[in-house]
Amino acid sequence: MLKKNEELTKINHEQGSFVKPKENWGLEKETNNFANKVKLYRQGKLADDDFRRFRLQHGAYGSRLRPDYSMIRIKVPSGEMTPEQLEKIATLSEAFSIGSAHVSTRQNIQLHWVQLEDVSEVMRGLVEVGLTTREACGNTVRNVMCSHFAGVCPNEVFDATPYSTAIAKFLLRNPMSQNLPRKFKINFGCCNKHGLVRIADIGLVPDLRDGKKGFRIYLGGGLGAASFIGHLLEDFTSEEQLLSTCMATIRLFDRLGNRDNMARNRMRYLVNEIGWEKFQKMVLKERAIVAMTVSEFTKNLYQVNFDDSYVPLKKSTKFNNLPIVETNISTTSNGYDRWLHTNVVPQKQENYFTIFITLGAGDITSSQLRSLALLIRKFSSESVARNTPQQNFAIRYIYNNDLPAVYKKLMAIGLANPGALTITSAVGCSGTTSCNLAITNSHRLAKEVQRTLLELGFDVDNDLRNSTIKISGCPNSCGQHEIATIGFFGGAARIENSMAPVYTMLFGGNGYEDEGKLGKAIMRVPAKRVIDVIKKIVELYKNEKSSSETLDMWIDRIINNNGNGNIKNMDDIKTLLTPVTQLPPFEEDQELYQDYGNDIKFVAKTARGECAA
Amino acid sequence: MCSLINLKNNKSKTKLKYNIQSKPKNVNVKSSNLKQQNQKQTNNTKTHFKGKGTIYKLPIVCDVETLRTLIRKKAARVVDVRRIEDYKKGHIPTAVSLPLANLLSNDSPEQIVKLLETLGIYDEMPVVVYDDTFGALAARVAWTFQYVGHENTSLLEMTYTNWKNLGLEIENRINKFPETTHSLKLNHSIYADATYVESIQNNPDKVLVDSRERLNFLSEHIPSAKNIPYTMLGNNNHILRSVDELKRFVENRGITQDSEIITYCGSVGTLSGLAFYALKLAGIKNIKLYSKSFKDWKALGKPKIEFKDANYWDLSAE
Ligand code: SF4
Repeated sequence: MLKKNEELTKINHEQGSFVKPKENWGLEKETNNFANKVKLYRQGKLADDDFRRFRLQHGAYGSRLRPDYSMIRIKVPSGEMTPEQLEKIATLSEAFSIGSAHVSTRQNIQLHWVQLEDVSEVMRGLVEVGLTTREACGNTVRNVMCSHFAGVCPNEVFDATPYSTAIAKFLLRNPMSQNLPRKFKINFGCCNKHGLVRIADIGLVPDLRDGKKGFRIYLGGGLGAASFIGHLLEDFTSEEQLLSTCMATIRLFDRLGNRDNMARNRMRYLVNEIGWEKFQKMVLKERAIVAMTVSEFTKNLYQVNFDDSYVPLKKSTKFNNLPIVETNISTTSNGYDRWLHTNVVPQKQENYFTIFITLGAGDITSSQLRSLALLIRKFSSESVARNTPQQNFAIRYIYNNDLPAVYKKLMAIGLANPGALTITSAVGCSGTTSCNLAITNSHRLAKEVQRTLLELGFDVDNDLRNSTIKISGCPNSCGQHEIATIGFFGGAARIENSMAPVYTMLFGGNGYEDEGKLGKAIMRVPAKRVIDVIKKIVELYKNEKSSSETLDMWIDRIINNNGNGNIKNMDDIKTLLTPVTQLPPFEEDQELYQDYGNDIKFVAKTARGECAA
Repeated sequence: MCSLINLKNNKSKTKLKYNIQSKPKNVNVKSSNLKQQNQKQTNNTKTHFKGKGTIYKLPIVCDVETLRTLIRKKAARVVDVRRIEDYKKGHIPTAVSLPLANLLSNDSPEQIVKLLETLGIYDEMPVVVYDDTFGALAARVAWTFQYVGHENTSLLEMTYTNWKNLGLEIENRINKFPETTHSLKLNHSIYADATYVESIQNNPDKVLVDSRERLNFLSEHIPSAKNIPYTMLGNNNHILRSVDELKRFVENRGITQDSEIITYCGSVGTLSGLAFYALKLAGIKNIKLYSKSFKDWKALGKPKIEFKDANYWDLSAE
């Protein structure tokens, strides 16, 4: 058994590297190419649409109502980042962006408000540390996600990360993924709870049959204006069939997908139109063709690299016994205990823990990134960070005895906020801070929700622990509101001649594999009443709940019209929430006609969306 | 008679040859000569300077080895623009103290010349300025010296902290030198005021550059300004990046070498002072500093561009 990081590291040095081999995703010549294209475009030698397609292919979105600025999306396959990469991003953001970086819900890192002329400079810096923005936007295969618990999850059967990385590598710059009818998303999970496998075009969960490795593969899921939960392709797909299954699915989509109607061209619509059973047969048939026809050369581009060189750590037998979780934690507990309770989970490796860095809607400053890089080098035996779909960072392989020291370091850099694994860690997309399609400032709202709920001590309330809050600034679901216990998406309401920012509230969604389902729309809430309505829901729940029932369980019961007591169904709860959510005329409550971050009256302004481009 | 001395960057081991005279009085560098020298220096990153008598013509940025040599030869005035408290704790050998605040408290040209004289700086004397604020304060002081006619002024390539971290020599005595006389020759070509900035609007050959950070720029700026945030200009070890990088930034923005550029920033011309020298290093010949900057522009009630359709401030993580 290994006692300390040092010991582990020592052994690693002798036996090979414990740190996963660093992949190089970048390509230098693409940066010069981008700079040249910008020049041509500025000189009027490149048409708007052609340039736009090119720009998106290379990971640069137009910023809100200002096409001369870009949001740069850095692909982080499997969410894995080295300390050097974090440091480089810090430097690039300071120089060319706004001095902070932003974790997205799909494990990307986004840099906002970069001048179009400087995008190539940012790309140049990224290439130096092996990162790329290639195919981070546009009609391509987007960042391949992998559960941030993969490799450490007590409930997984094997680590999916090498497969996730291999697929990402195979598809990056692959001709077959350059010009799809629409974007394409692949998510790998670890167990049946983590990894968002049912809201992706292809979702994969590691599985074992008779000792053979393989996956449960889900197809045709995805969130958006119309959302679907993915379908299980077959009982079990062996690892040998992983590549051919993915290729077959992408090829079918490429051939049959709708290229005309932008609003309905994700693969989930195709699946829905054709019907699952038919689509399923088509995929299996296509897979057989792929398996027969694909060349050795192509097959060899797919290499799963296992790193078995390290000494396997002893498997833990008691997963859930974090020393502190069992004691009673309250808002008056000391900061460390509170943090331990809400930000730390035991790994399957005995004596090792994964800690979570609570960010506000994914925002982190450059100087925090640098300090975090140092902390990772010093305390994480695998020496990488993984960003999470909850817009936080997971730092894994922290040795038990180091936890207090880690907390102290995090305190010093303002990153020791509790609540990362609780309802307080609200997700919020970019919203009106940078997105063309945004109607409301979902980003700021998510931060306000987090701040208020932490003040109220919701993080230490075990009844609320498993519930989630996710907020999007429009119906497009980048904030994943449909898989939240309580979700919100932004819109505008007109009362007489005034517009007010409002959110549609949804109940009861989750992104699990086993019971994955989409939230149900309940009612509209003025932006400035969202926090009040969350508080009211918790209050009602506390009065109504049966003994050990958690908030998410209770909400489930209500949306299934299964309540007992005073609230039996959705109508009952709507009636009780209405006093909070009412939108009186402008003259009576002017504040409700302003969004967060603005001191002027709300107007809904949007420009052409590029998610769809 | 004159020997051109070529010092490569601080890591190279080029031999130095000096031709030194002990008395500064007989020095007379022809202005045409200086001009020629200027041309050279803007086109070349290497530290070319010229010894004529005791005079060395400094490049835009002075590298560490050159400065150390100049210090050893007692051939330059080193000016420390940090706060006096910091100066007293330790500074580069032979440096005199001129906190930026003192200079700004009365920056009439006559007063600046008086300052030069009290610091013992004579007309052609090489002057190297440094700070501990990524070069911005030093740049503002250097620009002021050049504006009143002290052309031979250079920025130390790094900050005091970098210098100290390299383990280079420091001292903490307060240096004083005999007063000199210095002439006043205003260099109008590097100066811009609000009226001038207003007059160049819509002139495609004249480019207004705002060197504040991105979010400040987005919030409000002078019409037609382009943003080159000061944060782009340097890196950890140098107040200004390499010439190649700076050139690329300028070229990416479609700014040609023969454009005229006017830089400005928030209030007193420090950030834009650094941009002034960065652009000079990038090979732009005609640059002016709007030293009173945006604060003055706003106080005069001039028009500005605001962008209120996005909540970009809410992306900040603080
Ligand atoms: S959900 Fe809407 S507002 Fe939010 S990032 Fe996506 S498109 Fe923009």
